[in-house]
Amino acid sequence: MRFLRTEEQREFARALDGMLGASGVPAAARAWAAGEHKPGRALWARIARAGVFGLAVPERHAGAGLLPVELTVAFVELGRHAVPGPVVETVASAAFLDRLGEAGAAGAAAAGEWLPRIAAGDAVLSLAAGAPYALDADAADAVLVVEGDTVRRTDAHGPVQPSLDPARRLSRPLGGTVLARGPEVSAAAAHARDLARLATAAQSLGLGRALLAATVAHVKQRTQFAVPLGSFQAVKHRLADALLALELAEPLVYAAALAVAAGARSAGREVAAAKAAAGEAGYVTARTALQLHGAVGYTEELDLSLWIRKARPLRDAWGTPTECRARVLAG
Amino acid sequence: MDLGFSAAEHAFRDEARSWLAGHVPAVPLPSLETAEGFAAHREWERTLFADRWSVVTWPEEHGGRGASLVQWLLFEEEYHAAGAPGRVAQNGISLLAPTLFEHGTDEQRARVLPPMASGDVVWAQAWSEPEAGSDLASLRSTATRTPGGWLLNGQKTWSSRAAFADRAFGLFRSDPDTARPHQGLTYLMFPLDAPGVTVRPIGRLDGKPAFAELFLDDVFVPDADVIGEPGQGWRVAMSTAGNERGLTLRSPGRYTAAAERLAALWRTAPAGTDPALGGRVADALIGARAYQLFAYAQASRLAAGHSLGAEPSLNKVCWSELDLALHETALELLGPYGALSDEADEAPAHGSWAEGYTFALAGPIYAGTNEIQRDIIAERLLGLPKGRR
Ligand SMILES: Cc1cc2nc3c(=O)[nH]c(=O)nc-3n(C[C@H](O)[C@H](O)[C@H](O)COP(=O)(O)OP(=O)(O)OC[C@H]3O[C@@H](n4cnc5c(N)ncnc54)[C@H](O)[C@@H]3O)c2cc1C
Repeated sequence: MRFLRTEEQREFARALDGMLGASGVPAAARAWAAGEHKPGRALWARIARAGVFGLAVPERHAGAGLLPVELTVAFVELGRHAVPGPVVETVASAAFLDRLGEAGAAGAAAAGEWLPRIAAGDAVLSLAAGAPYALDADAADAVLVVEGDTVRRTDAHGPVQPSLDPARRLSRPLGGTVLARGPEVSAAAAHARDLARLATAAQSLGLGRALLAATVAHVKQRTQFAVPLGSFQAVKHRLADALLALELAEPLVYAAALAVAAGARSAGREVAAAKAAAGEAGYVTARTALQLHGAVGYTEELDLSLWIRKARPLRDAWGTPTECRARVLAG
Repeated sequence: MDLGFSAAEHAFRDEARSWLAGHVPAVPLPSLETAEGFAAHREWERTLFADRWSVVTWPEEHGGRGASLVQWLLFEEEYHAAGAPGRVAQNGISLLAPTLFEHGTDEQRARVLPPMASGDVVWAQAWSEPEAGSDLASLRSTATRTPGGWLLNGQKTWSSRAAFADRAFGLFRSDPDTARPHQGLTYLMFPLDAPGVTVRPIGRLDGKPAFAELFLDDVFVPDADVIGEPGQGWRVAMSTAGNERGLTLRSPGRYTAAAERLAALWRTAPAGTDPALGGRVADALIGARAYQLFAYAQASRLAAGHSLGAEPSLNKVCWSELDLALHETALELLGPYGALSDEADEAPAHGSWAEGYTFALAGPIYAGTNEIQRDIIAERLLGLPKGRR
């Protein structure tokens, strides 16, 4: 047992962190929120070149294989930098299509069409499964819509509905053609949902880490009553609690990734536990970040708003904490 | 990154499991916070020691098995899952022993450790004083030089099970003229039945007489019982405190087993039980699993040659809050039976959660209060400026 990231995994995280830090993500996120997708797509291409989407695509479709642990490492970094776009939905679509492809001809054709493009960063997919809205359908090349044991593919959608996080653009997918029908669709959707949950949990974790770091920096530098805010105990204790929540969520997230990688029977439960804990930790940290920044934290101008507004939707996407707890209890 | 266990680790777990299955008393022992229960638990320590299960991580020469930290975590999981008795020797094993391994002499280790491992000598921690709790460094009890050793004077308090224990370890002010309160302290061991020691039991919140107050009046301690350098007691004590807060005082196995027990209680809850309680049961399962994995990661870091620094403060806040939430949820699930003390005839039928609950209430207080731990986390792990204390 060696429950530590390998040197390779840490190096991958550092490289992504450096690349994203130099890529003007906040500007791309603001443009994305305004419906201007060009800078976001350019960012997408860089993320693909770094190998991230290939981690969800098997080698026979020009990917690196489904590697949940490395994918988790990557999504922590995407969360840390508040990258916009349906990144989770794209990797979950890849997992879905791959499973479907194994099950029969209809799926195999779709997998052959989309998986190499996903790995290369040429295709942005959205996935709606059990929710009325698709994320970023207006930016996606296609939306997969799972309803019961049927999956449709469409590129039509209703008007974009403004959302709490303007960089998460929600709309109803419309029409489309049936790709496949049958129990294999439900099975592939369950697998995709676990991967989406895992990637979302990792994003929440990274988002929380970034919010905590920014807030620690702020309270060291901002003075009131002639001393730094960070010397007040009430301030310290909120930040200590945020750190504790993140530190304890992190091993759950990596253990869930290992369970998914091993195809363990416990994977669904472990992923749900990780999602509940990481989602709450990211959100609690966002609340703390906002509170300790005071009014400046409440302004849109401050880039921190990009992170703060993401925390709640990420906590609830692909399974609210309540749904995840129910999954944990179900055993 | 790997959560699989080696063949040796599996074998160790299996051996522990089958030994426990053959030895854990069928009927729970009386509370170790009473005289009768203390004696019964001391016997249990002897049983553990006879087959070398009392101190598995210690070197074989001192009665251990030279087990790794991971093996110890597995042993603890098995121990608690088997419902084995609480450890009356824990203050010695988890606080004094690590201090002796780090700061003691060979002679001290050879003399002190084997009878500690066998339960023949049970140790109490004599740190707190009436005027020195969170601000431990303000302690006033003194150690004064005398030929061949030291004379102890003063008062210690809240010493767990000192009413029944054999010996104690604690900090004393050996140099009253230093600039800072953390200087001029000396770490010493002394017998609780020595001339000059008066032990006064104090009832706890649950009425059990297991706390004690110690009055020390010219108690002689030979030089051989000073741990580390005289005057360096604070440094010695802080290495003990890291153990107290961290893994080794409260292993994750304790909470994974309790969370499983709670989940079982939930599954048999009567129809009409508030489903919202299920969420709290799930949180206990998630929290216990998180702490278990956090400990695996810490054990992995230690095995890779890193040290933990102030991280044990995270453990302390985590396990104390988890324990309390878990027991509060159990009491609520029990409804009217949640009010029964464990001495009630009908308590065992409902799973006996009361003593655990009362003890959990103390978790945020002992081993350094959670307020003090949050200060340490903020200042040492997040780098925030020191404030007024
Ligand atoms: C069950 C139990 C077993 C114990 N066993 C032992 C033992 O075996 N040996 C031993 O030596 N001691 C033992 N103790 C004592 C324990 O170590 C002390 O209770 C603890 O250190 C706190 O000290 P205090 O009780 O004097 O509280 P105080 O220090 O008076 O604190 C009271 C409250 O004020 C808060 N507070 C104090 N200072 C600050 C600050 N700077 N900022 C914010 N809040 C603050 C505390 O967090 C606490 O909530 C035990 C205690 C319990 C409850």
